[in-house]
Amino acid sequence: MNSLEFSLVISTIGAAAGFLGSLTGLGGGVVITPVLTLLFGVDIRYAIGATLVSIIATSSGAASAFVKEGFSNIRLGMFLEIATTLGAITGAFLAAKIPTSAIAVIFGLVLVYSTFLSTRPKPEVHESASADPLAERLKLNSSYPTPHGWQPYRVEHVKTGFGAMLGAGALSGLLGIGSGALKVLAMDHAMRIPFKVSTSTSNFMIGVTAAASAGVYLNRGYIDPVLAMPVMLGVSAGALLGARHLRGADPRVLRIVFGVVVGVLGLEMIYSGLSGKI
Amino acid sequence: MLNEEQLDRTIGVVLRVGVMTAASVVLGGGVWYLARFGMEIPDYRAFHGEPQDLRSVAGVWKGVMAIQPRSVIQLGLLLLVATPIARVGLSVFAFAAQRDRTYVAITLIVLAVLVGSLTGLVSPPR
Repeated sequence: MNSLEFSLVISTIGAAAGFLGSLTGLGGGVVITPVLTLLFGVDIRYAIGATLVSIIATSSGAASAFVKEGFSNIRLGMFLEIATTLGAITGAFLAAKIPTSAIAVIFGLVLVYSTFLSTRPKPEVHESASADPLAERLKLNSSYPTPHGWQPYRVEHVKTGFGAMLGAGALSGLLGIGSGALKVLAMDHAMRIPFKVSTSTSNFMIGVTAAASAGVYLNRGYIDPVLAMPVMLGVSAGALLGARHLRGADPRVLRIVFGVVVGVLGLEMIYSGLSGKI
Repeated sequence: MLNEEQLDRTIGVVLRVGVMTAASVVLGGGVWYLARFGMEIPDYRAFHGEPQDLRSVAGVWKGVMAIQPRSVIQLGLLLLVATPIARVGLSVFAFAAQRDRTYVAITLIVLAVLVGSLTGLVSPPR
């Protein structure tokens, strides 16, 4: 396959991944690295570099829409970005020290776990919110729009959430993913924030987190322009289309299908890592 | 000084314009590259790392001046990375307009980490 054919194939796959990723909320970038490494034999470091830039594109595009709707908690996002950016730089450092086979195994585990998370039901409102004084001081408590008007909510366990975000940032920097599922988990479970606020605030944070590790990856020579080009253009075009269709479609079946794809790719990554193929 | 709503709108515009500009530059550079080298066989199986010219802001700029299509794509990717950084920068003004000193400080910390990582200050010596 020459460069022209390779670019066309990769951008088509990227578009499909971006479309399905934005419809299902799993994110499109997450399947690109396994597809590039498992199907096309691309070195995992090049694959991670290319995926990372595509994540910045989709997140920044989506963030402008989410902020307008009033779901994002801007203060909470900015405060937690201290943790995710520091984590991301640490993760990007580690990426150079850890053998690629170990990176593949960790990547696989995260994919399998994300699939598992996406199948669980999502409680919208949490009960018995006890106030965290730190949340009060940092003005993190806020409200979000519901069909019955603006619903106030409180943020709990700020320190635990901040710590979890260091971890989510580190995984994002190590694997070149948005780690949206893990960010949502930290906000939804530890800080007990309404699900819609968690997802849109997480989206708001992903681009900034990815930009932090992108600097390190660029400096190390992991970002190849000719490989990143079709990935970034394909994924962002697909994600844009997906966001337009979000209202009309029932994503339940799609979510199962895409979830199975992500899960299988995850198992394949673990196998390839353990058997030393990556 | 802009009010809060105008700042929010400005941030939205910056994000959209940033991504669109970056994508256009990447597409332009990509079409140019493929028109010239599209028949070559790419090989990403072994990791060599990119040449120095594609690893820093100054290097990429030098390549663009020397009319290298790969450097033009990389410039587009740099613009993309700069987009969320610009958003954080604008947020500093947004919080300053609200006289929220805590969040001006928090936002400046995030901005410092981002700028540091991009200029290679935080990266390890090779």
